[in-house]
Amino acid sequence: MQASIAIKDDSAVQYLLRIGDTALVLAQRLGEWTGHAPVLEEDIALANMALDLVGQARAVLTRAGELEGQGFDEDQLAFLREERDFRNVTLVELPRGDFAVTVLRNAMVATFLKLLWTRLQQSTDAEVAAIAGKAVKEARYHQQHAADWAVRLGQGTDESRRRMDAALGQLWRYAAELFAADAVDEAAARSGLGPSWAELKAPWEAEMATILSAAGLQAPAAGTFLSTGKRGVHSEHMGYILAEMQHLQRAYPGGVW
Amino acid sequence: MSTNTEWPLWEVFVRSKSGLDHKHCGSLHAADAKMAIQMARDVYTRRQEGTSVWVVRSDQIVASDPGDKDMFFDPMEDKVYRHPTFYKLPSSVDQM
Repeated sequence: MQASIAIKDDSAVQYLLRIGDTALVLAQRLGEWTGHAPVLEEDIALANMALDLVGQARAVLTRAGELEGQGFDEDQLAFLREERDFRNVTLVELPRGDFAVTVLRNAMVATFLKLLWTRLQQSTDAEVAAIAGKAVKEARYHQQHAADWAVRLGQGTDESRRRMDAALGQLWRYAAELFAADAVDEAAARSGLGPSWAELKAPWEAEMATILSAAGLQAPAAGTFLSTGKRGVHSEHMGYILAEMQHLQRAYPGGVW
Repeated sequence: MSTNTEWPLWEVFVRSKSGLDHKHCGSLHAADAKMAIQMARDVYTRRQEGTSVWVVRSDQIVASDPGDKDMFFDPMEDKVYRHPTFYKLPSSVDQM
């Protein structure tokens, strides 16, 4: 079996891993819909989104590997790190749930990533700025697609409305982690690598309020719950994702198509 | 089973990068025009096929009757003089 790799504790690398891993793990969850979406057309739409996110993850992890300095490429970072070294927010590792959960999570994450990529276009790291210029277009579409579905389900039948309410009850509290700034954010903001994620809170809340109000939905009141995925402390679901995602490279080191 | 709850069918037309006209490329199911445009984008332009998309409800298309095929189209078979192949184009005329 292929041994795990360990990552140096560098704040710029951590900042990029948070972005790359969030895209990567959400892509893995969206990929679970392939062959299972409610209609064929949406099946393809979700797979497209997953592939966009894999592309973003590849680009960002490649850059993270360069900055980390031990020569790891994006595949090694994706397939050979252990759970504690993954820095995605907990929100994206939660089970895919029903279609309402997927729609709401996509709306929450795409809105966040759109705001983040917009700011990252001004990154002092030219490569990150270039990645952001491409990714922001993808995120804009992901947000629109998810927001349209949120409105359809929120304003749809009693059943679709009930499911959207349930999804809000389950997912909304995980948004707090997105905006809980720490030393990694402060270092990125200081160096100009990227914004402190806390700065994205107000615009994110405003855009989500627009989406939810169009859908006739009410966001739950803010609580004190704070998930910790971006510090490497994950939910019980994370290990299963990695087992599925990594087992091939672990069992057949360096295997390629 | 009743088909009343099925989403309507839409025909999709895509204009490619180099093309001037929208070409029919297939159909899909969608609840309304907005969804149809997004689905068309996702289903038919994934491999850089297009720069513009049209969708139209399939039931809005009026088609010729296959039974009229003989009457409609066969008379044209022996009218070669309708093709402009009997003229010599001046060399200064291009783009024809």
